[in-house]
Amino acid sequence: MIELSEEILLRMYYKMNQARFFEEKVEDLLKRGIIDETVYLSKGEEATGVVSGLALEKGDLVSMTHRGHAQAIGFGLDVNLMMAELLGKSTGYCKGKGGSLHIADVLNGNIGANGIVGGGFTLSCGAALTQKHKKTGQVVLCFAGDGATNEGSFHEAMNLASVWKLPIVFLIENNLYGMSTPIAKHMNIENISDRGAGYNIPGLTIDGTDFLEIYDVMTKSLRYARAGRGPVLVEAKTYRFCGHSSDDPQVYRSTEEVQQWQEKDPLFRLKKYLQENRVFTGKQLETIEGEAKSSIEQAAEFALESLEPDITTVLEDVYA
Amino acid sequence: MMEINEMKKMKYRDAIRLGMTEEMRRDDAVIFLGEDIGRYGGAFGLSAGMLDEFGEERVLDTPISEAAIVGTAVGAALTGLRPVCEMMHMDFVTLGMDALVNQGAKMHYMFGGQAQVPLVLRLPAGTGDGAGAQHSQSLEAWLCHVPGLKVVTPSTPAQAKGLIKAAIRDNNPVCFIEPKALYQTEGLVPLDDDYTIEIGKTLIERPGKDVTIVAYGTLLAKAMEAAAFLEEEGIEVEIINPVTLYPMDMQPIVESVIKTGRLIVAHEAPKTGGVGGEIAARIAESEAFDYLNAPILRLCGMDVPIPYSKELEASVVPQRNDFVHGVYRLLNRE
Ligand SMILES: Cc1ncc(C[n+]2csc(CCOP(=O)(O)OP(=O)(O)O)c2C)c(N)n1
Ligand SMILES: [Mg+2]
Repeated sequence: MIELSEEILLRMYYKMNQARFFEEKVEDLLKRGIIDETVYLSKGEEATGVVSGLALEKGDLVSMTHRGHAQAIGFGLDVNLMMAELLGKSTGYCKGKGGSLHIADVLNGNIGANGIVGGGFTLSCGAALTQKHKKTGQVVLCFAGDGATNEGSFHEAMNLASVWKLPIVFLIENNLYGMSTPIAKHMNIENISDRGAGYNIPGLTIDGTDFLEIYDVMTKSLRYARAGRGPVLVEAKTYRFCGHSSDDPQVYRSTEEVQQWQEKDPLFRLKKYLQENRVFTGKQLETIEGEAKSSIEQAAEFALESLEPDITTVLEDVYA
Repeated sequence: MMEINEMKKMKYRDAIRLGMTEEMRRDDAVIFLGEDIGRYGGAFGLSAGMLDEFGEERVLDTPISEAAIVGTAVGAALTGLRPVCEMMHMDFVTLGMDALVNQGAKMHYMFGGQAQVPLVLRLPAGTGDGAGAQHSQSLEAWLCHVPGLKVVTPSTPAQAKGLIKAAIRDNNPVCFIEPKALYQTEGLVPLDDDYTIEIGKTLIERPGKDVTIVAYGTLLAKAMEAAAFLEEEGIEVEIINPVTLYPMDMQPIVESVIKTGRLIVAHEAPKTGGVGGEIAARIAESEAFDYLNAPILRLCGMDVPIPYSKELEASVVPQRNDFVHGVYRLLNRE
């Protein structure tokens, strides 16, 4: 098993907590009607987004999904600007015009979350083509869900990326459902990584609740892509603890199933590792948690205090 | 017209389900396919209970594969089924556009009249959700540019039921646009299971003599509210709902403009290249042109992607007061 430095583990624990608190804060704001727009939460799935973000090198790019908050935090986006965007405020990443589904920081390599399921596959091909063309040595990390791999764009992107040896790591967050549809009803294979074979792309399945395995496999996959050997398809099995969206009655799954996965809570697993290996003392862990929590409280305050977008700006930015 | 006896108050959303359900009972060839429409009952709860009644053979949950949904529907329609399919949001029709535009719409003509493609594509559209730029569009003008497609949009629960039934019985591909903001609105709906709304027939929703407003979808109710307000001031607005956007029955609009001499056309979709421009052009080409006493006014969505912030969102589509001021303007009362 790989060993991670204390510094990485510290950042990981801090960001995993941030991601969890972020989602819980948003849940709360939704409940209170302060946010009543469309938002998808990733509670329970934070490890894939956060840990793979930490495996990136400076300058690497990322394409996110509709369930992208943890992905954004892993990549290093500012939680203040994220929260402000969710509240539709002028200080948000997209000046309140994009929302959760379109958080982006393009100049810094985050080419955006996506409201179109599967929308990121081919965009990632383009972003990777730019890296190849400009010989930047950077890699594109493309997030997608299990359901998204049933879009035609998945096939076209895999094939193109393989033939052109594009530097992309496709990370499929397989949370076992596409909205309400269980994976067994929407594809006839057990492991999505098997799909890589059809394109001669290495396909790997990992435990998406295990930070060590994610970090290990993502580091190696990014290195492979960076070396010009072509794309990699990584499938991380994970689970969302919350509903698909805020008005999801969750009739399609049992509470036992949810409980079983809650026992594998990736945040809890990380904490347990840190305790058992005495990486940090109980007190240190508490401090990290507290700091993460207060960063989210501050983000919410920042967002709440920010101004609504000025109505006269509505026609700005249609054209560059 | 059929005899309409019994009426029941219900939501627009439930009226669509009732219409679909009646047609599925009536004709075994009608199937329903889409994402999460089965046990889950659809993203908007529209198809709740349909899986229980019709089973998995006829209510088919698909993978997230819009191109396959529309293509499969075209192929099934061509060979004897009558599929109804649902795009979770109208925005996603763009992923199924090849099968719809290059295949389904053209087959009857291209094959010399030998084939027919009786399918219904249900398209939840428009603003109001705070769902942002990729989940709030009104793309009807794209569809109204494709000969062979029919494009309809009901504005009340009764119309929703009557029109979905007519769409299912039609032997052509029908794009059925459902403004999401109307789903929870209520109205009386005929329970008669032969009640249909004729496709290709424009309706006069409110008679008047001073100004004609053509509006559909969410804007019909806003125009009606404005008309009620203006009535207090002695202004009589005639409101026309085309119901079928393509091919459109223009005659009632032409006649109305001859009577009133003033025309407002309205929709949520962006103004440029919109259906409203087509209506205005047809009036300009018709005998009604000589009767116009004022320029034609288009009250439409702004030429901008739909912003996320709810305040911004509401600012880019016409509101009730825009109709009131539009009428004043045409009557030189401002
Ligand atoms: C093209 C398209 N089709 C359908 C939807 C509606 N939709 C939003 S999320 C979602 C489920 C996506 O499933 P998956 O890719 O597994 O991601 P998850 O939500 O499980 O994270 C669906 C169907 C969409 N946004 N875009
Ligand atoms: Mg999923």
